[in-house]
Amino acid sequence: MPKLTIDGIEVEVEPGLTILQACEQMGIEIPRFCFHERLSIAGNCRMCLVHMERAPKPIASCAMPVGEGMVIETNTPEVRQMRKGVMEFLLINHPLDCPICDQGGECDLQDQAMGYGHDRSRYADNKRAVKDKDLGPLIETMMTRCIHCTRCIRFATEIAGVQELGATGRGEHMEVGTYVEKALTSELSGNMIDLCPVGALTSKPYAFTARSWELKKTESIDVLDAVGSNIRVDTRGAEVMRILPRLNEEVNEEWISDKTRFACDGLKRQRLDQPYVRRDGKLTPATWDEAFAAVAKRLKGIDGKKVAALAGDLADCESMMALKDLMTALGSPHFDCRQDGAKLDPTVRAGYLFNSTIAGIEHADACLLIGTNPRLEAPVLNSRLRKRFLMRNFPIAVVGTGDDLTYDYDHLGDDVEVLKSLANGRHKFAKVMKRAEKAMLILGQGALARPDGGGILSLARDIAEACSLVNDKIGWNGFNVLHTAAARVGGLDLGFVPAGKGRDTKAILDGAGKGAVDVVYLLGADEIDMDRLGEAFVIYQGHHGDAGAHRADVILPGAAYTEKNATYVNTEGRVQRTRLAAFPPGEAREDWTIIRALSAILECPLAFDDARMLRARMVETNAAFINVDEVAPAAWKPFGGNGELGTSALSSPIENFYMTDPISRASVTMAKCSDLLPGAEKDKTGTDG
Amino acid sequence: MLDDKDRIFTNIYGLGDTSLKAAKKRGDWSRTKAIMAKGREKIIEKIKESELRGRGGAGFSTGMKWSFMPKEASERPHYLVINAAEGEPGTCKDREILRNEPHKLIEGALLASFAMGANTTYCYVRGEFFRETEALQRAVDEAYAAGLIGEDACKSGYKFDFYIHRGMGAYICGEESALIESLEGKKGQPRMKPPFPANCGLYGCPTTVNNVESIAVAPTILRRGADWFAGLGKPNNTGTKLFNISGHINNPCTVEEEMGVPLKDLIEKHAGGVRGGWKNLLAVIPGGSSVPVVPKAQCDTLCLDFDSCQDVHSGLGTAAVIVMDKSTDIIAAIARLSSFYMHESCGQCTPCREGTGWMLRMMERMVRGNTSVEEIDLLEEVTRQVEGHTICAFGDAAAWPIQGLIRHFRPELEQRIADYQSSDKTAAA
Repeated sequence: MPKLTIDGIEVEVEPGLTILQACEQMGIEIPRFCFHERLSIAGNCRMCLVHMERAPKPIASCAMPVGEGMVIETNTPEVRQMRKGVMEFLLINHPLDCPICDQGGECDLQDQAMGYGHDRSRYADNKRAVKDKDLGPLIETMMTRCIHCTRCIRFATEIAGVQELGATGRGEHMEVGTYVEKALTSELSGNMIDLCPVGALTSKPYAFTARSWELKKTESIDVLDAVGSNIRVDTRGAEVMRILPRLNEEVNEEWISDKTRFACDGLKRQRLDQPYVRRDGKLTPATWDEAFAAVAKRLKGIDGKKVAALAGDLADCESMMALKDLMTALGSPHFDCRQDGAKLDPTVRAGYLFNSTIAGIEHADACLLIGTNPRLEAPVLNSRLRKRFLMRNFPIAVVGTGDDLTYDYDHLGDDVEVLKSLANGRHKFAKVMKRAEKAMLILGQGALARPDGGGILSLARDIAEACSLVNDKIGWNGFNVLHTAAARVGGLDLGFVPAGKGRDTKAILDGAGKGAVDVVYLLGADEIDMDRLGEAFVIYQGHHGDAGAHRADVILPGAAYTEKNATYVNTEGRVQRTRLAAFPPGEAREDWTIIRALSAILECPLAFDDARMLRARMVETNAAFINVDEVAPAAWKPFGGNGELGTSALSSPIENFYMTDPISRASVTMAKCSDLLPGAEKDKTGTDG
Repeated sequence: MLDDKDRIFTNIYGLGDTSLKAAKKRGDWSRTKAIMAKGREKIIEKIKESELRGRGGAGFSTGMKWSFMPKEASERPHYLVINAAEGEPGTCKDREILRNEPHKLIEGALLASFAMGANTTYCYVRGEFFRETEALQRAVDEAYAAGLIGEDACKSGYKFDFYIHRGMGAYICGEESALIESLEGKKGQPRMKPPFPANCGLYGCPTTVNNVESIAVAPTILRRGADWFAGLGKPNNTGTKLFNISGHINNPCTVEEEMGVPLKDLIEKHAGGVRGGWKNLLAVIPGGSSVPVVPKAQCDTLCLDFDSCQDVHSGLGTAAVIVMDKSTDIIAAIARLSSFYMHESCGQCTPCREGTGWMLRMMERMVRGNTSVEEIDLLEEVTRQVEGHTICAFGDAAAWPIQGLIRHFRPELEQRIADYQSSDKTAAA
């Protein structure tokens, strides 16, 4: 461990650190713009210059590795003068438009100018003006403000894996842009807004709507994919103004996908803010009492076996627990949380989790993707795969469609036959995985949500066994299921699956179509074919007027994820909680309380009266719910299903990344992004303008 | 004065034939195999003993630079990169070598590469040097055909390839790490150091970047001995050097002279004297545009070598002597250089990107005089804020000419301001 002296204090730090990081560990603040822990070092802003003994020139502390015997000074008059000089240079061509800049209040340049700059300008000439770029519907640009730190360029190239941004021109005329103007094609592009230390890249949907200091900040969890990214919800009154990432090294590092960040405007549109009851074939507004009465009337005297429930992709664990208990109390075994019909085996936890964990990807040394496109299904998780890929020696193979995943891979094919040869170990990639110490496979919903899903699940388990992906000795489990729905793992953990000989999703829909099921309770389930519900009486509980609400006979307005304290389990099996950031609109209520209230009306009151009791009930159902924010390894046991293997091609279930759930479908921003997708053009009609 | 027998570049004026046959007659490619047979260490040692300092401007010991390369080749190949991106205003020595003495360069490249364990040399030629590239390519083809380079270079069993890469003429691509970036196909921007190219250069492999002249003199040094070379010039400033003399002189030329030659001798003997006589001299920029100007008083006694030039707060640089007589508007001349530096700044790091523009705008006002005396101090301070704070030496190069101007010609600057103000008053009256 090298020993060096910083500001007269001798310290010993880990080798490989930079001087800036060493200073940070000692609590010495070094100003910087271009340096970012997760990006390559550019060393171009020159703000972090410090004095090093025996060096002919001041050194950029962000780029200089620590060395034995170095003597560093960070706070001499000369160093302060250097910072003032660099700060002055940065400001001479930076507009003085802080009062109208969205970055105001959370701007690195503003803060550091206060801390390290001159108190007045000595520059009397005209400032440079740069034409703004159009980077698509998400990122607003004001390129005159750019200080050329190149963080956005490095993010796009390194993390997002799209080589679309760069610098053109030289000297004062250098500009950051795409050269040929185009929207960025990354699903992570919004993170550039956070990375930009000035107001050059700001959020387009959020532009000019609020100031950062007038927002209430609530730490929460994202539910628009199954990663469970940690987010911060910024609200003003009842309105969610924006969503930002929150640091969690285990899950999302400090990135979030564009859907997570920008779909929040969907929370303001198409909302169900009061109960509705279908009268004479038409949904009409009703009071809670009327809505509950309508449900009670229909359920009165009905055999519990003719009632069924489906939980949607955004359902929280509390409401699924409550609904499961209600169904049981009504005597119905027909409930399922797998609305896409995925043939997941709920009996063995290791069989439906992302066992390697997201952070564990970085330790893997080979990867097989089956029927999944992680770039669309979980962009943040995909960035981990890319991160691992960039560390080298990480062979990746794909069985499925050959999409651009931002890293190189072997495309093995798209049919089940390939899986068979992998399972019997004869395939050459099976040998690669077998040789690897920590190989992993990722099984997507595209492989499971098909008639032969059960067979593929067994086959995937066979591959895991054949290629020794599971090694208890080193604590490695390389069998991973990548979910697309935030509710899925929670539902499986709670046993929101057919009890005994109960009907699964397909059987519920078949039954409803044939009249064997009379009442279907949809807990935010919108991704099913509503036509197959036949004559059934449909109760829809949810927060958006999407497919389910249109088909419903009674609508019970619930709360969206930003409006409740609710539990979600991510694809790794990590139990996390959202926090109430804004109250649900109008008459809408927190979801589990609706079910609890309904149970009282139906005269089978559930055994909990508050959230604490309900959570105790969840823990009683599955001990995994005790440890919030943590992942416990799941035991490796036999699982899988059978079913004749089909011949159709494996592919990802997601075609349009920007519209996968009721919230993103209601979002104007997401609609704009969808319009830019390849192939979107031809769907337009004359009235689209 | 340098004796003809001590000249290295005997065809630098291009009077003779440039073909391989003629070059061999002049002594090139003689005993190359024997020199290689002495071994890598011996070659580097010889160059070290000769005290050859890099001819690209910075004057770093060439032998030392070669010795920084890893001794044993790992799985990463070694590279020699020759910097022929000669863009320093006033400098025109490398192009003469490319035109008239290409075989010296190719032979030097073979010996240097051999000494450093490199099997490949890239010669990065400035894009504007079209005919020079043709001349070099012709010589390379000849050398390949004669078996002097290639699979079995000079029958020594050593594999050696020589590739020419044409740049696009950006001044910054003459900076070694920007040159490497450009060679890799990226935007020509200097890299951070460390890591140094000897450790992580072209394609992440150990690389040495040398100036054309440094490489081209190496074979003669190795043939005639380090003592011979070290005996020329002054201690620590040994050998001969190509000087380019331009500006207000009667006979602009590129000439080989001993290091430490008095400036006055050089100008009067080789360049036909200053226009209007030595008395008419105003100032000299002794080493290309990026070093500070030296006024006449100091020129009288100035000797042209690295240390002497440094003693007068200037530098030998590329030994491109720019002579200015008394008809020169020195402020406008330096402002023109500022304009060049603003145009050529790569824009990567802050002080240079923002500072070069600011300095130019102040210089433009200085030329007209429509400014204040205080702004001279501000200008000086801005040059200090740029100097030494940038990734590469470009910031220094942009700052030094202005610093030299203020150091030696501040009265002229103040007079210009006073003149402007009085003419302004007359106009108002």
